Amino acid sequence: MSALAATRRMRAGALLREVVARPSGAIGVTLVTFHALMALLSPWLVPYDYTAMEATLTLAEPSAAHWLGTDHLGRDVLTRVMLGGREALVITGIATPVAMLWGGLTGVWLGLCGGWPDEVAMRLVDAFLALPGILPLLVLITVFGTGGEVLLPTLAFFFGIPVIRVARAAAHEVVARDFVSAARARGHRPLDIVRHEILPNVTDTLLVEGAMRWSWMLLGFSSLSFLGFGVAPPRPDWGLMISDARVYMSLAPWGVIAPVLALSTLIVGINLTADALAKTLGLDRSRTAVI
Amino acid sequence: MFVMIARRLALGLVTVWLVSVIIFLGVEALPGDACTAILERDAYGEALDACRKALGLETPALHRYLNWAAGVVQGDFGMSANGHESIAQMVGYRVRNSLLLAAGALAVGIPLAITLGVIAGLRRDRWPDLLFSTGAILAMTIPEFVAATVLILIFAIWLGWVPAIVLTPADAPPLDFFPEVILASAVLTMLMIAHVMRMIRASVIEAMASDYVQMATLKGVPYWRVVFRHALPNALLPAINVIALTVAWLLGGVVVVEVVFNYPGLGRLLIDAISGRDLRVVQAITMIVAATYVAVNLVADLLSLMLNPRLRSHQAQRR
Repeated sequence: MSALAATRRMRAGALLREVVARPSGAIGVTLVTFHALMALLSPWLVPYDYTAMEATLTLAEPSAAHWLGTDHLGRDVLTRVMLGGREALVITGIATPVAMLWGGLTGVWLGLCGGWPDEVAMRLVDAFLALPGILPLLVLITVFGTGGEVLLPTLAFFFGIPVIRVARAAAHEVVARDFVSAARARGHRPLDIVRHEILPNVTDTLLVEGAMRWSWMLLGFSSLSFLGFGVAPPRPDWGLMISDARVYMSLAPWGVIAPVLALSTLIVGINLTADALAKTLGLDRSRTAVI
Repeated sequence: MFVMIARRLALGLVTVWLVSVIIFLGVEALPGDACTAILERDAYGEALDACRKALGLETPALHRYLNWAAGVVQGDFGMSANGHESIAQMVGYRVRNSLLLAAGALAVGIPLAITLGVIAGLRRDRWPDLLFSTGAILAMTIPEFVAATVLILIFAIWLGWVPAIVLTPADAPPLDFFPEVILASAVLTMLMIAHVMRMIRASVIEAMASDYVQMATLKGVPYWRVVFRHALPNALLPAINVIALTVAWLLGGVVVVEVVFNYPGLGRLLIDAISGRDLRVVQAITMIVAATYVAVNLVADLLSLMLNPRLRSHQAQRR
């Protein structure tokens, strides 16, 4: 057991080294690490209180006192940008693994067992996926209201549904192989087959899928904030900040540009990391074709 | 072939039916109902009872579902929460406007995406490919509202070339939306090009690596003939399904873009309905989008079935 854990840790380390060895991976990991550190440390680094308003200094230009200027209420933009990713990162950072776990396990189970539960479940998945984009999120928010305690399970639920399909397809490929038939012939229980034969063979796919889902979830979360259904003011959030500052865009473009840059660098960073991860694990389809 | 088509049709209908059940149950699970939303603080005693009776809310849920579903099939979505406008009427112009936006984006986007995708696929890993692919990744990863906001900042505020937002009312004739609609459809076009282009690029690369293309090359067929006669027809076939997905996405996923540009389409109506907790309008819009999604995908499936000789003969053999 300890030997297994050790090889796993080594594998994670080696994987990270290989990902960082690619230019896209190096940039991606740097960006993500920077944002993670910022989210962790920003409460001790920010120059001002994020609710502190200066009535005489609304929509002020960037200056020595306010490096990125102030917003329409005279609050420091730099402070709010530094803090603005925390809620999004925490909520999506928890919701993504939960989504991958329930979606992945359900998908693998369906892929292994098949039969009528599989048929019924896939019809349900199709029905949910027939509502494209953030539409299903919006519907659930109408039903249950907003706030972190609603958003987290909602995001975890919805982003798990497409994972079912991916995990099921990945499991199907494994199930057809000889070692699964052998395990079945030996009389192993389905649960053991899932744990020892199938899961180890689909983790790579799920890892890459998880990284991509994380970036989409961040996108969804900040879109909800932007529409006014996410983080509640006055708490700082990039989506909300862009929505607020948009009105004053012609007077104070920095109020928009700063959160736009912060959000974009984080999402691009996650995508670059996911891309490098996929290539390292040899999962990129267009790479396998040789010209 | 007919069995195949009938099966796809039946599956599509089952999906739409499931969506309707999910949506109905979702709204059913709500604390409060249409009446508490309409009456707000007056929602108690006789007024509440009278309202419930008027809207038929005291009948059992199954009964109400059947009534609602029967109405939806006939294009009747009931009345909106404010009580004096039928939803079918409210939605009519909005659907047209969203279709208008989508049509504009498709007309410009699809040819451009195919051209760029083919160039990127043929010139793989050289500068045109790197340029287009990086651009596509950027367009796909950056949230719609960010891209829209940046475009407004650059083209409407700094350069002043186009209006920033749409102020035309929902029921205006289509031509009145110009030039206000340009920026909104530019954002959609950009996003669509990114998705379709990446798909085309991947399938062009796959086709160029295939045995039949290698065979043709070895036979001495000229390069451009290989590309246009052998590789592209096969590479572009999967694009039908991606384009279908994009069309469905254009109808449902444009919510954010419509809000940013104040465009009076289906998406903005949805946001207004959610803010006003007008559940019947939310139900109606979700049904329309889901049905469109299923229909468009069905058409794409049938189209690629008919265009792909391999699938056709395969099906024939199986029967």
